[in-house]
Amino acid sequence: MSSKNDAKGKAANTRTVRFNIKRCDGPGQPSRWERFDVPVQSSSAGSGSANVISCLQWIAANPVTIEGRKTTPVSFDCGCLEEVCGACTMVINGQVRQSCSCLMDSCAPNDGDEVTLEPMSKFPVNRDLFVDRSRLFNDLERIRGWVPIDGTYDLGAGPRETPEQQQQRYKLSECMSCGCCLEACPQYTLEPDEKEWDHAFVGAAVISQTRYFNMHATGKELAKQRLDVMSGPGGVSDCGNAQNCVKVCPKEIPLTESIGSVGRQTTIHKIREFFMGR
Amino acid sequence: MGSNELRVIVVGGGLAGLAATVRIAEAGLPVDLFSLVPVKRSHSVCAQGGINACNEVARQQGYSEYEHFDETIYGGDFLQHQPPVYEMAHMAPKIIDLLDRMGVPFNRTAEGMRDLRLFGGSLYKRTHFAGATTGQQLMYALDEQTRRYRSEGKVTAYEFWEFLWPVIDVDGKCRGIVAQDLRTMQIRSFRADAVVIATGGCGLVFGQSTNSVMCTGGAASRCYQAGVKYANAEFIQVHPTAIPGADKLRLMSESARGEGGRVWVPAVKKDGKWAPHPDSGRDPRKLDEATERWYFLEEKYPAYGNIVPRDIATREIFSVCMAGFGVGGGNMVYLDLTHRSREFLETRLGGIIEIYRKFVGEDPAELPMKIFPGVHYSMGGLWTQYAPKGDLKGMVKGDPRNMMTNVEGLYAFGEVNYQYHGANRLGANALLSCIFDGLFCGEGVAGYVREMGADPASQASASMYDEVVRREESRIKSLLSSKGGENPYQIAKELGAEMTAASTVVKSGARLEKALAKLEELRGRHERMSLADTGSWANQNLNWARVVGDMLALADPILRGGLMREESRGSHYREDFTERNDERFLKTSVAEFDATTGRSRITHEDVEIGLVKPRVRNYGKVGSKSKTKKNEPATASA
Ligand SMILES: Cc1cc2nc3c(=O)[nH]c(=O)nc-3n(C[C@H](O)[C@H](O)[C@H](O)COP(=O)(O)OP(=O)(O)OC[C@H]3O[C@@H](n4cnc5c(N)ncnc54)[C@H](O)[C@@H]3O)c2cc1C
Ligand code: SF4
Ligand code: SF4
Ligand code: FES
Repeated sequence: MSSKNDAKGKAANTRTVRFNIKRCDGPGQPSRWERFDVPVQSSSAGSGSANVISCLQWIAANPVTIEGRKTTPVSFDCGCLEEVCGACTMVINGQVRQSCSCLMDSCAPNDGDEVTLEPMSKFPVNRDLFVDRSRLFNDLERIRGWVPIDGTYDLGAGPRETPEQQQQRYKLSECMSCGCCLEACPQYTLEPDEKEWDHAFVGAAVISQTRYFNMHATGKELAKQRLDVMSGPGGVSDCGNAQNCVKVCPKEIPLTESIGSVGRQTTIHKIREFFMGR
Repeated sequence: MGSNELRVIVVGGGLAGLAATVRIAEAGLPVDLFSLVPVKRSHSVCAQGGINACNEVARQQGYSEYEHFDETIYGGDFLQHQPPVYEMAHMAPKIIDLLDRMGVPFNRTAEGMRDLRLFGGSLYKRTHFAGATTGQQLMYALDEQTRRYRSEGKVTAYEFWEFLWPVIDVDGKCRGIVAQDLRTMQIRSFRADAVVIATGGCGLVFGQSTNSVMCTGGAASRCYQAGVKYANAEFIQVHPTAIPGADKLRLMSESARGEGGRVWVPAVKKDGKWAPHPDSGRDPRKLDEATERWYFLEEKYPAYGNIVPRDIATREIFSVCMAGFGVGGGNMVYLDLTHRSREFLETRLGGIIEIYRKFVGEDPAELPMKIFPGVHYSMGGLWTQYAPKGDLKGMVKGDPRNMMTNVEGLYAFGEVNYQYHGANRLGANALLSCIFDGLFCGEGVAGYVREMGADPASQASASMYDEVVRREESRIKSLLSSKGGENPYQIAKELGAEMTAASTVVKSGARLEKALAKLEELRGRHERMSLADTGSWANQNLNWARVVGDMLALADPILRGGLMREESRGSHYREDFTERNDERFLKTSVAEFDATTGRSRITHEDVEIGLVKPRVRNYGKVGSKSKTKKNEPATASA
């Protein structure tokens, strides 16, 4: 509540950052580029660093391109503004990441620096930088991403667990379905047709969530069904081990470990199924 | 949909909405769940510190559900109705057990038990946590249970849909809602036999806050404009410790203080009294512990120290800054965790330490954090009723009245209602109240709907729904065609600045009057906007412009309620009436919307205080006249 960041004229501690933004009016529409000059206050002025979202908010209030042409505000997705909801993922200067935690101080420290914003390419665009990630949530449903409890009545505590187990599960549970790992993955491709989702590659996030639910004493109950999905089309064997995913995960989730673990679980599952004669 | 099938609508997929959805679906009723964002991204994910409940360790040290109840009432400065709080405190341990069964990775002790931490307003460790992202972890567990019902077809989710208006029939019963698809911009009605509003807080009315960008209070405001009463609007919690930012004030959870964080300012002693440090911007590590650091909370409140409740910490921080003690002369104080080991910080506070590192670029293990208060939580909200037990010890289970608003069939759960927290919410009680509403009061919703069996919404006349749809469509048409030149972003910015200046830490009658005049001006300008985007696909500009009008409507009871309340209580501090005045104001403020003027009418209503008598609330401050605290510290050190 202390900060005043009226970025009107160009005051002494203000610099200009140029945004190149890939825009699209809606699904199936052609895309185009527009450029905006945004005044950014230096954080030493006491207001904390500007970030991509605060700049997009500035553009929404002043939607005029560098050519002086009035345009529509840029559509984008955001929520928490502190990198915990996963909404604001986009491709910034070629790198997929959260836009709320992309600080101007580090990505455009000097007057005249440029920042390029594009929507993720692996999901259908709703409009501009705002994409549709329903497929990711659909995949969480496919793997039965829940612990099958007996209902919400009072039945006592859950299973005990060691601090080590808790720390391991906690790490996996931090996945905020942001989609960075999917954008970076060469095996995960754009699939706008919902009917294809049940065969398409699930990607690292969902593989890791499979591991997460299979680790829990009650969650395990559904392990067989989850591994059926993981051994089917679009499952873990579609992963080519490029390991791009783990490098871009903002929550530093050990995705390579998860892929390895689910791969092993799937192998054992298949052997078992074979001998059970299915 | 079978023609006589009964249905429930839940608007909001935060903790309150999801807990309600799961409970109602479990009771066998189909649920339509609406949310501005995929429910997994709801604001509740921001909650960091934890969730309170009595537990076995605390119990053996003398704590109990009753103590939890009493603390909450004391923390809330006696303004809340006591039976619902009593019920909530007693159900809390069971709620933790349930979340545990759902798989929430609560931190563990060496023996595998759930670990606990200290939180503001209590001398016992009774806060359960999962790292410093407790809200996220609880949200995911409930999201997962909801997903299970979605996969079984018992819950239908409408994500990226905005609730616009409740449909209320001629008898005053709520029979559904009108909502808009945020992509296609289609507006349509949905029938339901009961509607639960669980849309969270209204931080954005203050411009910058610790809230997510969806927390405009828009949905609550629309219900209020449709005739639902709005209570205790003036009680807005300003959290003592947030990081100032360009777009948002990022919270530094109270758990930082619960885990031993110390608040101080650079200072020097002059004639035995602390005075501002002449070089207060100097490297804090070089300031002498004993002679150059003023630990003002520890000094003033020896029993609670840094874990005094939020309203008190906020006012103390604000006043030392006003007195010139702020770091570097600015509006900032230190929150210091450098005496804790890096490993301790990582395992217990990882999430927030990371936020500070990312957004400030400094390491809290090395340097004390710089923080200042920020708008955080709305204790006030939609007015709701409840069914008290005969002896007032709790609410009648399954009673349809629990958390029903004055509009029959329209419920309010979670931060959006005004119950449980009175004049000041204790840390880690919100997650509890949200989930409690969903689970406990959700049962009442199911009961109510079953009673409606003879007169289901599916049989109601279509014209009632069409009329609301048409009204919303014409509202949008007029927004799109208006050419007055005003910019909705500018209006919202001015509203935020005015509300923050007039109605947060320190208020006065004169300043509130001035703000009401400003509000009048802004309302006028809102009628004269020009939108930069008049398109009909995913038009965020339009939705923002509309909700700014709803924020203006809600700002009125916040200011007017504060103006009428000529006393100081909890978060509401009037410099022209600095004392609590139980005789006149141990009362709920109730606002009703006046459609002709756009203003609120405020009346006052009695509070149910049949279980604990109001007592002086000063948390054992040094030099205050009466001692009030009964329990001495049992486990105060982390
Ligand atoms: C930074 C931060 C940290 C916190 N930490 C803690 C803590 O440690 N412990 C604690 O107890 N409390 C904490 N709180 C408070 C607590 O997080 C909130 O009070 C609580 O999460 C609110 O939950 P809710 O379900 O009521 O609403 P929310 O989680 O805000 O959810 C609101 C839902 O309503 C939907 N919605 C809103 N408007 C509309 C509309 N018009 N149409 C359709 N859908 C709509 C949204 O999409 C969302 O799904 C914290 C709060 C903040 C800001
Ligand atoms: S390791 Fe697998 S999931 Fe990760 S990027 Fe490579 S192919 Fe994709
Ligand atoms: S695994 Fe990481 S990158 Fe992938 S969705 Fe989850 S948080 Fe995002
Ligand atoms: S807005 Fe939530 S992660 Fe960026």
